[in-house]
Amino acid sequence: MTLVLSQLFTGISIGAVLLLIALGLSLTFGQMNVINMAHGELIMVGAYTVYVLQQVISGAGWSLLIALPVAFAVAGLIGVLLEVSLIRRLYLRPLDTLLVTWGVSLLLQQLARDVFGAPNVQTRAPEILTGSIRITDDLAISSSRVFILVLALAAVAAVTLVLRTTPLGRRIRAVVQNRDLAAVSGLATGRIDRLTFFIGSGLAGIAGVALTLIGPIGPAMGTNIIVNAFLVVVVGGIGQLKGTVIVAFVLGVLQSMVEYTTTTSVASVIVFVTIVAFLQWRPQGLFTLRTRSLA
Amino acid sequence: MRRPLIGFGLAAVALFGVAPLVLGDFRLNLLAKYLCLAIVAVGIGLAWGRGGMLTLGQGVFFGLGGYAMAMHLKLADAGPGELPDFMQLYGQLDELPWWWRPFANPVFAMAATVLLPMLVALLLGLLIFRRRVRGAYFAILSQALCAAFAIFLIGQQGTTGGTNGLTDIRGFFGYDLNDPLNRRTVYFIIAASLLAVLALTWQLIRSRYGELLVAVRDGEERVRFLGYDPANVKLVAYVAAAGMAGLAGALFVPAVGIISPALIGVVPSIEFVIGVAVGGRASLVGPALGAVAVAWAKTALSERAPSAWTYFEGLLFILPIVFLPGGLASLARLRPSWRRRQARIPAEATP
Amino acid sequence: MSGLTIRGLTVTFDGFVAVGGVDLDIPDGDVRFIIGPNGAGKTTLIDAVTGLARAGGSVTFDGQELLGRKVHRIARMGVGRTFQTATVFEELTVLQNLDIAAGWARGPLTLLRTRRAVPPEVEKALETVRLTAVRDSPAGTLAHGQKQWLEIGMLLVQNARLFLLDEPVAGMSHEERDATGELLGLLSADHTIVVIEHDMDFLRRFARTVTVMHAGKVLSEGTVAQVQADPRVQEVYLGHAVGEAV
Ligand SMILES: Nc1ncnc2c1ncn2[C@@H]1O[C@H](COP(=O)(O)OP(=O)(O)OP(=O)(O)O)[C@@H](O)[C@H]1O
Ligand SMILES: [Mg+2]
Repeated sequence: MTLVLSQLFTGISIGAVLLLIALGLSLTFGQMNVINMAHGELIMVGAYTVYVLQQVISGAGWSLLIALPVAFAVAGLIGVLLEVSLIRRLYLRPLDTLLVTWGVSLLLQQLARDVFGAPNVQTRAPEILTGSIRITDDLAISSSRVFILVLALAAVAAVTLVLRTTPLGRRIRAVVQNRDLAAVSGLATGRIDRLTFFIGSGLAGIAGVALTLIGPIGPAMGTNIIVNAFLVVVVGGIGQLKGTVIVAFVLGVLQSMVEYTTTTSVASVIVFVTIVAFLQWRPQGLFTLRTRSLA
Repeated sequence: MRRPLIGFGLAAVALFGVAPLVLGDFRLNLLAKYLCLAIVAVGIGLAWGRGGMLTLGQGVFFGLGGYAMAMHLKLADAGPGELPDFMQLYGQLDELPWWWRPFANPVFAMAATVLLPMLVALLLGLLIFRRRVRGAYFAILSQALCAAFAIFLIGQQGTTGGTNGLTDIRGFFGYDLNDPLNRRTVYFIIAASLLAVLALTWQLIRSRYGELLVAVRDGEERVRFLGYDPANVKLVAYVAAAGMAGLAGALFVPAVGIISPALIGVVPSIEFVIGVAVGGRASLVGPALGAVAVAWAKTALSERAPSAWTYFEGLLFILPIVFLPGGLASLARLRPSWRRRQARIPAEATP
Repeated sequence: MSGLTIRGLTVTFDGFVAVGGVDLDIPDGDVRFIIGPNGAGKTTLIDAVTGLARAGGSVTFDGQELLGRKVHRIARMGVGRTFQTATVFEELTVLQNLDIAAGWARGPLTLLRTRRAVPPEVEKALETVRLTAVRDSPAGTLAHGQKQWLEIGMLLVQNARLFLLDEPVAGMSHEERDATGELLGLLSADHTIVVIEHDMDFLRRFARTVTVMHAGKVLSEGTVAQVQADPRVQEVYLGHAVGEAV
């Protein structure tokens, strides 16, 4: 029982990381249909932000807290720069966007290597996040994982709130549902795209801050995590946050359970097969946003 | 009709006459490796340029072909009844795993290098094309497959060599690969394979099927109303591309002497695409030339300054695709009549 | 029962009823015009018949049920359609477009070979839709009207017996309209034709029978004169410019 519970929590915390990474994607990819392969490097930017801040701020707790908004802004600005300079030219060529942003991700990685060096760097975690929380006698969960879970849920709540209640959110949804109609109704779709991209990229920065608590920080840290995050958005369904949330946790738990009963190696294949099987049932993902599509 | 034949003639002269004459053993061997990448690129050109399927997972098929070949060569190197060296090293196995055994047979192994990737592509393609998973979804799924495959291989240390892969391949169907003459022969086999793949693709592109494939790329839904099931049309190109990648992987092994997860994962798989984009995705020879050029640039640059290469590679992904989506092939005005029939870059439909 | 028979056809989008219980009989050889204000559900009706939109009820063509079949199977049964915005394969030539449309029944071997000669049915269709001169031009370079004709030509070589044409003359010049009308007359000899149109002048000249749709339902049906006289139709169109034309 304890084992199952502890695997379950491992799964949930994998899911929380996935969610944090996929959340930004569900805005840029899910809402805007832009496949930003450099999203992983925006995460890296967030992580290095913590590293840089810790060079000047000594308190680990403070630096982490300050890093959250700073990383959001830095990653968001890089994202906007990317949108304005490249992605905007490619809105009608989504697959080309994918390749071009991959190129950007190579540039950013190499830049990180040249600035911070190729080896991974270390950051300090604040005292309260280094320990673990004891649930029962033989079940303890690490506080950093709990922190990430809380952060992920808070981010989801914030994004939902923005999309649901603010004028900006209404505009974003309008553009997603019918770009042409929104444009003729006088919405500045270009500005809304940029704002969406800012938030989506900023969320990547926040994810990067969180990742410093659980893993190494290095130039290549973005490449590996991004593949699964894209899967989460695809399987969750385009244009719907709730799909992303559910699938992130389901995938996380699935992965940890399968890994526990088999090995990481076999689990990777089983998870992939499961996803293909799922797409047989729901090829458009868990939730779909119906828009009028030309035959 | 005649011009392409001249083109083939020229390519043959260049590959079989000029290159072996002017290049030393080392360079020729490098070229052999590049030509393997070119074979993969021709397949990607067919699937992506002509069929609109951006496959970011050709590494899987390249790997299947490569491992099938390497498994046979390892068994042959070890000699009958013996375990390959790395299995003895890790020492967990006292006998060959069952799925290694058929690869002792050279005919089986050779067939498997092409058929195994095609079979996997067929299964996967059936499942996802029927359900209309396409565009970006398809690209992401193919990339996820690639990631899963690489992770899988890395974990199977005892039976696939794990991260190291299958290395130290010494013989090729009884011939010693240390002998420069035999390495030249390998080069010739690879060059001939590339020409064969080009010829096959040329026929596919100019056939009625090739026209239909372009139609599916530009209007998959429209084609349904003409009585076709686009899933089948795409399947043919995807499976053909997988077969080419498998063949390339198989030939890569004697040319380079190794196959490993690092050569077939997410990053190398997306790198396969870049030559295609640079050379011209929808053209026949563009992808092959692009792949060779990019691979050559990589060797030349990263020898001197690895960091310069990465910047250059990043720019290669960005600049040609943004400013020259048709690739270098769209600049070549050498063959106007042939070009006119050639489809330009699709105005991609949103997925 | 030959011809197209529609019974109780309903299409809903997330609760919105786009087509709500339509009954329609289109006998063999008819030239039926379907009219109705924007959003009446005309296109959706065709979408349902051709398998694009999921629908309830029943649609039979020559006695065979269409609903529940896949799009390409319905096409193979002889039901062909065009689209409100012409959709041809712009990169391919006119000839290639037609050749593809003529080809679903080709075997793998034929497909993998190069086209050596222009198939006779394609040759004939080229003449019928008057595109012989631009045979080798990419379809993307055609004029708007020519694209619509190309689509009709594609239906011809596809061996469709029932043509469902969605606003074929929208955006056409007067001459092009006349030519299209003539073409329809020619085709009606051995095809059943359903035309969705807003152009009342065109309708008066070429319709044999008319169905008026409004808000997802059939409002009125009959000859042009009968429909014109129907007070309900006048009411629906009241205030519309086209209304005065009816
Ligand atoms: N995929 C869809 N999702 C949601 N609503 C749809 C969809 N397709 C059609 N509708 C709605 O169904 C109604 C009927 O649309 P339809 O296109 O059939 O009208 P129409 O009679 O062809 O109009 P028009 O003359 O403008 O072409 C419209 O209100 C339209 O907005
Ligand atoms: Mg309509």
